[in-house]
Amino acid sequence: MSRILACLALFAAMLSVPAAAQDQLPPAPYAYRQLEDPAQEQKAQDLMETLRCLKCQSQSIADSDASMAGDMRNQVRLRIKAGEDPEAIRAWLVERYGDYVSYKPELTALTWPLFAAPLVLLLLALLLLRKRFTRRLPVGEE
Amino acid sequence: MSAPDKKPGKRWAIWLPLVLFGGFFVLVMNGLVRPADRDIESAMVGKTLPEFTLAAGSQERPGLATDDFRKGDVRLLNIFASWCVPCAAEAPQLDQIARAGVPIDGVAIRDREQDIARFLARYGNPFATIGKDDISEVQLGIGSSGVPETFVIDGTGTIRYQHIGPIMERDVQTILAEVKKAEAPL
Repeated sequence: MSRILACLALFAAMLSVPAAAQDQLPPAPYAYRQLEDPAQEQKAQDLMETLRCLKCQSQSIADSDASMAGDMRNQVRLRIKAGEDPEAIRAWLVERYGDYVSYKPELTALTWPLFAAPLVLLLLALLLLRKRFTRRLPVGEE
Repeated sequence: MSAPDKKPGKRWAIWLPLVLFGGFFVLVMNGLVRPADRDIESAMVGKTLPEFTLAAGSQERPGLATDDFRKGDVRLLNIFASWCVPCAAEAPQLDQIARAGVPIDGVAIRDREQDIARFLARYGNPFATIGKDDISEVQLGIGSSGVPETFVIDGTGTIRYQHIGPIMERDVQTILAEVKKAEAPL
C-alpha cells in the first residue's frame, strides 16, 4: 500500500514539474501597459502585430501571452517611446533573429518568385484561353 | 494541325495529373514524417556582444557586463533559469565544462534570487558570474529564443558559436572544440 502511495506521490511530483516551468516574475513594465501617447501606441501595436513570437511561433507578439513575447512588447514600446522608427526596431530584431521574426512580406532576391508566380500564371492562363477562343475561327480550312 | 499529330502528346499528357499528384503526395508525406526544425538560430554569431550590465542574481557570485567578455579569455555565456526544466538536465555537463577550465557566465532569465539560490544548491554552481535579466534584455540582444542556450564568446567579445537547448553528454566535446576554435582570432 505504501508503495502505491509512493508511486502516486512520485507521479504527482512529475506532473508538477512542467507546471513549475514558468517564471514567477511580474511582467515587464510595458508588456501589458499601453503607451501614454495614443499615436505612439498605435505605431507600437501595428509593429507588434507583424513580429513573430519566438516561443509560440505562429502567433505575433501582440497575440501571445508567453513571457518572452511580453518582454518583446516591452522592448518595442520602450523604443517607440524613445522616438525610434518602427522599421528600425524591426531591423534590430531581424539582425538578431533573421527574417523569420518578421511577418511583413518583403520583396527580396529570395522571395521575388512568390510575387512573380501569380502574374506569370495569369499571363499563361490568358495565353491558353486566347488559343482556345481563336481555335474555331478558321473554320473554312477544315 | 491534323488529328494524328495530337494523339501521342495526349497519351503522354494523360499521366500528368497522376505524376503531379504523386509529387504532391511525396512532398506532404515528407513534411509529415520528418520532424520540423523549430530552432531559431541567432543571427548574431560572428558579431560582437551588445552592451549590457546585469545586477548579480546570486549572493555567491558577482553580476556581469559586456566588459567582462573583452578581457582576452574565451568564455561561455549560458542563458538559463531556475524555472526551466532542461536547464537542470544540463547542469552536470556545465560542471564538466567548468572543470575543464572554461569560465561560464550565467544569465538568469526572469528569475528571483531565492529561486536561483535554490536551483544552485540543488544542481550545483558552475558559474563564474550570474547576472539577472528580468526583461530578457540580454536574451533579445544576442538573438536567443529560449532557455537554455549557450554561447561561446571569444576574448574580444565576439559571439563565436551558439548551442540551442540543453548541453547533453554528446555535446560536451563539441562545445570544448568550439572554445578551442574561439581562442584563435577570427
